[in-house]
Amino acid sequence: MMPNTAVTGAGEQDGRCIPIHLTINGVAHHLSVAPWTSLLDLLREKLDLTGTKKGCDHGQCGACTVLVDGCRMNSCLVLAVTRDGADVTTVEGLGTVDDLHPMQQAFVDHDAFQCGYCTSGQIVSAVGLVAEGRTGSRAQIRELMSGNLCRCGAYPNIVDAIVEVAAGAREGGEPMQ
Amino acid sequence: MIRFDYTRAGTVQEAVNALAADPQAQVIAGGTNLIDLMKYNVATPTLLVDIGKLPLRSIEATDAGGLRIGALVTNAALAYDERIEAEYPLLSSAILAGATGQLRNAATTGGNLLQRTRCYYFYDTGTPCNKREPGTGCPAIGGVNRIHAIMGASDTCIATHPSDMCVAMAALEAEIIVEGPGGERRIPFARFHRLPGDEPWKDTTLASDELIVAVELPPRGFARHHTYLKLRDRLSYAFALVSVAVGLEMNGDTITAARLALGGVAHKPWRLPEAEAALTGGPATDDRFVHAADLLLNGAVGHEHNRFKIDLARRAIVRALGQAAAGTPQSQIDKQIR
Repeated sequence: MMPNTAVTGAGEQDGRCIPIHLTINGVAHHLSVAPWTSLLDLLREKLDLTGTKKGCDHGQCGACTVLVDGCRMNSCLVLAVTRDGADVTTVEGLGTVDDLHPMQQAFVDHDAFQCGYCTSGQIVSAVGLVAEGRTGSRAQIRELMSGNLCRCGAYPNIVDAIVEVAAGAREGGEPMQ
Repeated sequence: MIRFDYTRAGTVQEAVNALAADPQAQVIAGGTNLIDLMKYNVATPTLLVDIGKLPLRSIEATDAGGLRIGALVTNAALAYDERIEAEYPLLSSAILAGATGQLRNAATTGGNLLQRTRCYYFYDTGTPCNKREPGTGCPAIGGVNRIHAIMGASDTCIATHPSDMCVAMAALEAEIIVEGPGGERRIPFARFHRLPGDEPWKDTTLASDELIVAVELPPRGFARHHTYLKLRDRLSYAFALVSVAVGLEMNGDTITAARLALGGVAHKPWRLPEAEAALTGGPATDDRFVHAADLLLNGAVGHEHNRFKIDLARRAIVRALGQAAAGTPQSQIDKQIR
């Protein structure tokens, strides 16, 4: 595990900053954040974790999806102060260029993106979905991935990638319905 | 985003005290609706009272044989709870018909009850809105009103309540448990949300210094004969144009108890005791379903863009009653309506 890093001053210094502790991609962060700072803005603007994208900033597109205590959420609709103590995983915490996460590799193998803007959100959401264990059919995957929009329309290949990883994650890797 | 103060409540009493001390304070839990409204300057609280650390995340059996759902139980945790899936599948189905995986993981039971309308004009601070700014008018009346109410509206507001969960809870006759300065109060579901009348800014009967702590489900769950049928412009992640929650008890072909609630048509989940009474004590036939639908929709008023909802609702009620009677509830994964 990487060494802990203490980061301070990640917030606007108007006297209303709140001390919080977050574990982000396995690294402990002690932060001071303004109450109105979204988790998304904290990640991107203060911690330079720009893999998580800002699309709509209103919970409609899913580009900002991260895992909070293992559950996928729209980081644009989470105030960082409300998640004190949480364990956050972003796309940077899934794999590296030399050692891709199986979902990242599957997205490459299945050509599951074109412009790529939604892709980190799609991948993190898909990892969350597989952990939820509700990947029993293509229809179920499509329904439970409906919070991630892809304007390029790569949906069939995204589903293919998730089907492959979900099958591998299931014991015996039995085929889908 | 607006600037505001923040406090984290350590106890229910601390939260109630903070709310009582500042009428402009608002509670934050999952935040999926409130933060969105704050980004649009529609909600402008001076203080957020964070209740996220309160011990309100469990689902427990009640002495009456029902379930008590903590206010902070997430929509996902509630929908996938084994007891809810087995005993109250109508509630599970309705929750899974709404929002997305990400939103359901963050949104809470109490917050879902307090969702604001998705009326375009309510969200747009560049337009008047009696709900957002009392006395300024309602541009939805005579404006763009495809998603608006056909039942129970007033000449000040034709907004609808957007929740799916609440339509099921209305049909199940849940009770809402709140804590305030005077202690605990129990609110029957039908009296929690209100019609707009001449005070459309009041969505509910909850006082500004009261906190929702739980929702209680009575024992009757209608697990064998139920359905949640939701009709919308997209097959997923869209608010209902019309939705129907049905719970029936059957003895052979005879309906012995009936619950019927509509979503997407009014300022609150829409029920009528006479419609449910008309279903009870007779066979499950289309003629009787049509009669119940006509009773429930009596007095419907359409506007320029939403008149279609009246006939859509009538047909959806008949279809949903048929699904429930047959024991073949609508799948929220397979989008075919059978």
